[in-house]
Amino acid sequence: MPSDIIRYFRQETLPHIWCPGCGNGIVLRDFAVALEKLNYPRKEVAIVSGIGCSSRAAGYLDFDTVHTTHGRALPFATGIKMANPELKVFVIMGDGDASSIGGNHLIHACRRNIDLTAIIFNNYIYGMTGGQFSPLTPRNKRATTAPYGMIEQSFDICRLAEAAGATYVGRATTYHNQLLTRLIVEGSKNPGFSLVEAVTHCPTSYGRRNDLKTPTDMVRWQKENAVWIEKIRDGSASLKEEQFAIGVLHRHNAPEFTAEYLEVIKRARK
Amino acid sequence: MAKVDIDKYPKASLDINIRWCKGCNLCVTICPKGILSLDELGKITVDKPEECIGCGLCEGTCPDFAIKVVKDA
Repeated sequence: MPSDIIRYFRQETLPHIWCPGCGNGIVLRDFAVALEKLNYPRKEVAIVSGIGCSSRAAGYLDFDTVHTTHGRALPFATGIKMANPELKVFVIMGDGDASSIGGNHLIHACRRNIDLTAIIFNNYIYGMTGGQFSPLTPRNKRATTAPYGMIEQSFDICRLAEAAGATYVGRATTYHNQLLTRLIVEGSKNPGFSLVEAVTHCPTSYGRRNDLKTPTDMVRWQKENAVWIEKIRDGSASLKEEQFAIGVLHRHNAPEFTAEYLEVIKRARK
Repeated sequence: MAKVDIDKYPKASLDINIRWCKGCNLCVTICPKGILSLDELGKITVDKPEECIGCGLCEGTCPDFAIKVVKDA
């Protein structure tokens, strides 16, 4: 690890407990590189996480971190942001945590457009509890609770966030490292709710059951199925089955919640 | 297609923290020069250090923060 980002880690907790080849470590590293690029004073950063494999990431980072209850990372982060709007709040969630247990909190955080940066580690499965399908498991993929294939439609969490009102939405994979770092940096600078979906890989619970036997196969799958949004927009590529778009998928301007709230306080005091 | 002369790129060496390596094989397969392999304990070793071009792919893809690419001045 580059010596300059190792200072962001609680080094006594390393090596981390994730399985060999788990993509969460790659996302965590990219997040640390993004924090280095943003160069916020340590006292101004708060990192909130939910429950799951991915949410253990907060524990490895040497900042003010909160490991909260399942799906409720965003409400805790909202409270932190409202109490001290100066803080830069990052929220780490897994796909099940964000879209299923905390799905309602996610859409309302998007709707309010509160200045948080949510990083969703999407490994398409509930890895920690043994590989049950999540709302993001694609159709026909197998899980312990779907041994003959998933029959439900899956969420596209980026489109969900866009429709719910998030002002910055992006997606990258563990193969597209530098893009992921860039999205986190831009998302943090965006005044409003930013959602970054990090497509990661779970070789233990997902790949093993879906003909992607090694971490390498899973990263290759990401490389082959990720299509840059710029190519889709200029018509030189289109999405085939299983493929997904990466890049800055959506961006718009809207009033930010904490700023609006401070305005209300001013009006009430007049 | 013009052949790329790798000699004109600055050389680099790999600083490896073997204690953190879990032997997932990602760096071995992503290395464009194929200079890495796993030893009998399943940990990362550099077979041909002189052929490293310092692209940084192994460092970026290592989930366990075990590899650091040091660019030679």
